[in-house]
Amino acid sequence: MKDITSLEKKLSGLEEQLKKYREVLLANLVMIGEIPAPTSDENRRVKFILNRFDEAGLTDSSIDGSGNGIGVLSGKDNSEAILINAHADTIFSAKIDHTMQVSSNSITGPGVADNSLGLAALVTLPYILEDMEVELNRDLVLLAGVKSLGRGNLEGIHFFLDNNPFTIKGAICIEGMQLGRLSYSSIGMLRGEITCRVPESYDWSRFGDASAILTLNEVINKINDIHLPKRPRTSIVMGSIVGGTSFNTIARDATLGFEVRSESQEVVERAGETINDIVLEVSSKTGDQVELDIFAKRTPGGIPYSHPLTKCARSVMETLDIEPRLAPSTSELSALIDKNIPALTLGLTMGERTSKTNETIQIEPIYKGLAQLIGTILAVDGGYCE
Amino acid sequence: MKLVEAKKKKNLTISLCLPTLNEEKTIGKEIIIFRSELMERYPLIDEIAVIDSGSEDNTLEVAKNYGADTYLASDILPNLEPKRGKGENLWKAIYQLKGDIIVYVDADISNIHPRFVYGLVAPLIHREEVKYVKAFYDRPLAFSGNVRASGGGRVTEILVRPLFSLFFPDLTAMIQPLSGEYAVRREVLEQIAFPIGYGVETSHLIDVYHKYGLEAFAQTDLDKRVHENKPTQALGKMAFGILQTFIKRARALGVIEKAEHETILRQFQARQDQYEQNLIEIVEEERPPMIEIEEYRKKFKK
Repeated sequence: MKDITSLEKKLSGLEEQLKKYREVLLANLVMIGEIPAPTSDENRRVKFILNRFDEAGLTDSSIDGSGNGIGVLSGKDNSEAILINAHADTIFSAKIDHTMQVSSNSITGPGVADNSLGLAALVTLPYILEDMEVELNRDLVLLAGVKSLGRGNLEGIHFFLDNNPFTIKGAICIEGMQLGRLSYSSIGMLRGEITCRVPESYDWSRFGDASAILTLNEVINKINDIHLPKRPRTSIVMGSIVGGTSFNTIARDATLGFEVRSESQEVVERAGETINDIVLEVSSKTGDQVELDIFAKRTPGGIPYSHPLTKCARSVMETLDIEPRLAPSTSELSALIDKNIPALTLGLTMGERTSKTNETIQIEPIYKGLAQLIGTILAVDGGYCE
Repeated sequence: MKLVEAKKKKNLTISLCLPTLNEEKTIGKEIIIFRSELMERYPLIDEIAVIDSGSEDNTLEVAKNYGADTYLASDILPNLEPKRGKGENLWKAIYQLKGDIIVYVDADISNIHPRFVYGLVAPLIHREEVKYVKAFYDRPLAFSGNVRASGGGRVTEILVRPLFSLFFPDLTAMIQPLSGEYAVRREVLEQIAFPIGYGVETSHLIDVYHKYGLEAFAQTDLDKRVHENKPTQALGKMAFGILQTFIKRARALGVIEKAEHETILRQFQARQDQYEQNLIEIVEEERPPMIEIEEYRKKFKK
């Protein structure tokens, strides 16, 4: 591994230099954030991003067969590439007001952190690099990936990785927050929904106990009783619940959204089988329809803590006085890991109220976050991470 | 880019004026977008100025933070007795700003986009004969954060359009006569009077039409404009102010011969089982054409 000290010197002062791009970055952030992009309906947002790539003079930019927006900033030697990825979709429906509110030190709006800021950094990066006269050795491939979240199940990035012509030597996934986040491994995961339905022919004279919510409650209690090992670390997240229509109508359907996460693939699979058994059992006991739909899976993996890429990122963070917070990921990182591409996920700023319509990010830490991103790109490009 | 080149070739300067009163929620975003897109990326405008009527919130602080020039209306031409109203800010902008073209954009737009400026100045850059460009929209109303698909322009439809239809049928060609977004050449702005309140847009249309004819106008489709909806009583006040301005001009032009009017607007409100009348005095004061102000003639050597 090359000595990174010379690069660290370059980074001093970078944070300050980046402040001059505030308006350009924040304008991109606001304009991207105000275009709704629920999973599988990111078209308008991706078109806007492509426009920005075109304006920055990235001649090879295009929308691929899955709908991903791709821009290529050519390097001096284009035999190898660095991939920067930011997912383009949000969890918010297009019906929600996507107005962004800008105050002196923060910006508020649905999806501002997850992942409008990541996308804004992605589209502003070529502008900044050109203005700072930074010329990279390798191609920089900028990917605004679609169909990433929830039922999208990373479809966009999988399509890109299966069909792209580049030799990707390293990848960085960017997320709006939190600054300091350093993910280099993926955990095993299984994501699904359990839906309970009271059959149409139900005998409504059976007072009170005919409710899809009660049936789902039974399922939840049983999942809660599943014995999970302390090592390898495992958890079941009961993430969302939807059911019924009003106070005085018996609920005819109810749905639970859940995720099993574990460091061990075997434990994830065993938990999945147990949940399937629970669903069959409750269904036969109650006579209600209970269905299990598993639509996303991840296998554990990643690069080790001592991998040169992780080391590089940590020393860049240290130079910029950012405290790394190590956390495994189940997002786009795992698609890269599946393809044996050394990859990391980094956060860009501090913020709060994630996943709420009043999600808020702080403006000031963004410069540090961007300096960290550029520093890591320069490290990969300079061959410090091999 | 073509527009920027055309502007350079014609040696024009463009100033953007954002009149404000308690607009901290939306002003930051407007300035960021205009600065990024129309100053840094494409240098179309030469200055962005916020002219404030005395906001009690952080409007000026936010605007300054994002690099706009900020002014209190009362600090401009301090020798004149200060008046308070949006029209006052627009009028004083003519003195304070340096552009050959001044673009006015309301500061309460939540779906702001660079087209709000480039869409308005383009006809002035490309066509010599155009003097006054007005925006029109498909106007949704924003209410409690929920965006509704239609409506808006109530004062336009039930007051201004019928009035124009009766007395100035040519002006009914204006799709949104009351829109707060317009770009105008300085030589026109300095020649027309400015009501300081609600009547400023109406008076502009009548005066520019009278002086330069319908050919001086152009209209630009700015797609959608989202802003907070106003309660009906507030619209009543607005209509009252507009009517005063209208009558004044209609009389001066001999369209209406005799029309004395009051300056008290009477509205009702219900308190438990009693109705009470509110008397609100609304006087549409006016500023004279800027060219009549000595300081202005000195500053711009006219």
